[in-house]
Amino acid sequence: MSMQLQNLSFDTEDINQFAEDRNEPKWFSDIRIKGLKLAEELPLPQPEKTRIADWNFTHFNYDTGSAAVTDLNDLPEEVNRLVEQGSGSGNVLIHVNSSAVYHHLSQDLIDQGVIYTDLTTAVKEHSDLFAKYYFKTTAIDKHKLTALHAALVNGGSFLYIPKNVVIEEPIQAVYYQDAPSSGLVAHTVVVAERNSSVTFVESYLSDSSVGEGVANIISEVTVGENAQVKYGAVDEFSAKIVTYVSRQAEVAKDGRIQWALGQMNDGNTLSENATNLEGTGAAADVKAVSIGSGSQKQNFDNYVRHVGKSTQSQLLVRAAQKDASNSIFNARTKIERGASGADGEQTQRVLMLSDQSRGDANPILLIDEYDVIAGHAASVGRVDPDQLYYLMSRGIKKETAEKLIVEGFLAPIVDLLPIEGVREQLTTLIERKVG
Amino acid sequence: MTVPELKINDLHVSVEGKSIVKGFNLNMKGGEIHALMGPNGTGKSTVASALMGHPKYEVTSGQALLDGSNLLDMSVDERARAGMFLAMQYPSEVSGVTNADFLRTAINGRRGEGNEIPLMKFIKTLDKKMQMLEMDQAFAERYVNEGFSGGEKKRNEILQLMMLEPKFAILDEIDSGLDIDALKWVAKGVNSMRSENFGCLIITHYQRLLNYIKPDKVHIMMKGQIVKTGGPELALQLEEEGYDGMKAELGITDDETVEA
Repeated sequence: MSMQLQNLSFDTEDINQFAEDRNEPKWFSDIRIKGLKLAEELPLPQPEKTRIADWNFTHFNYDTGSAAVTDLNDLPEEVNRLVEQGSGSGNVLIHVNSSAVYHHLSQDLIDQGVIYTDLTTAVKEHSDLFAKYYFKTTAIDKHKLTALHAALVNGGSFLYIPKNVVIEEPIQAVYYQDAPSSGLVAHTVVVAERNSSVTFVESYLSDSSVGEGVANIISEVTVGENAQVKYGAVDEFSAKIVTYVSRQAEVAKDGRIQWALGQMNDGNTLSENATNLEGTGAAADVKAVSIGSGSQKQNFDNYVRHVGKSTQSQLLVRAAQKDASNSIFNARTKIERGASGADGEQTQRVLMLSDQSRGDANPILLIDEYDVIAGHAASVGRVDPDQLYYLMSRGIKKETAEKLIVEGFLAPIVDLLPIEGVREQLTTLIERKVG
Repeated sequence: MTVPELKINDLHVSVEGKSIVKGFNLNMKGGEIHALMGPNGTGKSTVASALMGHPKYEVTSGQALLDGSNLLDMSVDERARAGMFLAMQYPSEVSGVTNADFLRTAINGRRGEGNEIPLMKFIKTLDKKMQMLEMDQAFAERYVNEGFSGGEKKRNEILQLMMLEPKFAILDEIDSGLDIDALKWVAKGVNSMRSENFGCLIITHYQRLLNYIKPDKVHIMMKGQIVKTGGPELALQLEEEGYDGMKAELGITDDETVEA
């Protein structure tokens, strides 16, 4: 018997069928069913100062399979140019709509025990290991969107680095959507065991043929003792796609995570980024850039929680607001009791490029311990008229000068992305969105 | 190519409602180097900023013609593309934009779409000019003026001057904060530009720079206008007598000073 839901367009039967089609183990489909039930009961999240009640998070097609490809050249051009070319050396997983269509991991990494595979394969072939980390850093019952995610997850990747393995070359994931009303519900799990090191870069993009679609993305990163993870991302969903993206990390003793996030969606976006510095000496470096354009509304919450002693965090958010866009930026640094010697710094800068746009930067420090260092800076302002005058005095037109200034303002994050193709993706995106 | 000509007639400039330049006249031709000297606060820098079109400086009356075209009707970038250049006293820092990108954008802005400078030619030219100014090649890839010392910023201004090849350049206290070596490099750069297609107005307090860049004419500015014009010997006289001597000679009293 199926359970009809008021505001969801799928029921238990649909979910069971979907899980069965994918040959998923029972523990995983049980989580789906649990998620569906919770999705029905739980409210939407309530981000500060952004009204999301009328955003479409629930109506989409979650089963939009695409055929696997063996040759990268058979992939859409937009995808192809992101991938490191030549000698097939790129370690990459490519999703088109709700299917993983291409996968490559070097033999050398396989031999060292590295696992990099799509979610469907992970739940089957690495069931116990994957289960340990799935929904470990964030909860299914956090709100309606996390529950919905658990119910309908249709893509994602699992990256596991055994202890002491240091990977120089970046590991890449690309997600491309072009099916009408497509909904991408992608779950990424990255685990870096003790003393390991890895750089992971993901790109999300879509074609306007999707029309009204949904992206519901959760990434979970577990950074082991003295391990290092660099996590880069470029989000590029088209204007009619509503995005919920949550990137979470837990960092153990002396571990370190570096986030480099290029958040360039054209549609409404709700973004959560949270890092939990659990162990002594754990560190986080968060850098995020975004450009608001058109009439899109966005809400960004960047959160670092200091639990361990002598933990360190740096958070840098830079954004430009154009047209009639409206964005809220919350930076939250929390230092828990017992986290003595913690050092948390945050800076948010928002550049306003039009009179109709809105940008709010809210710096929040919550400190429950003495003997810590914490600082914040937040500013919302216009392009510096002296800079503009200077560039124009060399014969550069006003629009070009403004573009240069804004691109320069956002450059610190671009430079952090380790894959040439992805760096170019972000640069091109910034040029397009600013231009 | 005809020799470029800059004519400034009875220029009056106000800053935030306060009148600072009061009837400034100057004629310059390509091939000429003029020095504009005078004590602090007489409006020398105000003339420079007003000619370039800084939004804070309001021209209340007068004319400025570059080859017969009215500069004052043009936007800042149009003035630059028409052939004006101002080496600024306090150049802005532009984070995230490399010197090379900045210069190439500026050059291509002048050349126009479809006529962009070939990359190799640009790099070669830039290398050559940086060498002449004793600038490290790394400066090309550094962000515009960010973290530059005072002297490095000044040299960077001259580098831009040499790359952009304007018809007229105004150097606004380019010598302030320069040590003797940097002063020589700057002079070498400016002297390399000398031709009948290029005129230069050097604003300075001191005669020192004029030992290295020989001016054809020296103008003394006081209280918002030029009060005396002469040859290079005028600068030397000024060095000896000081501005007070000059004031006494011209019968000027200190009834007011203005900040420029």
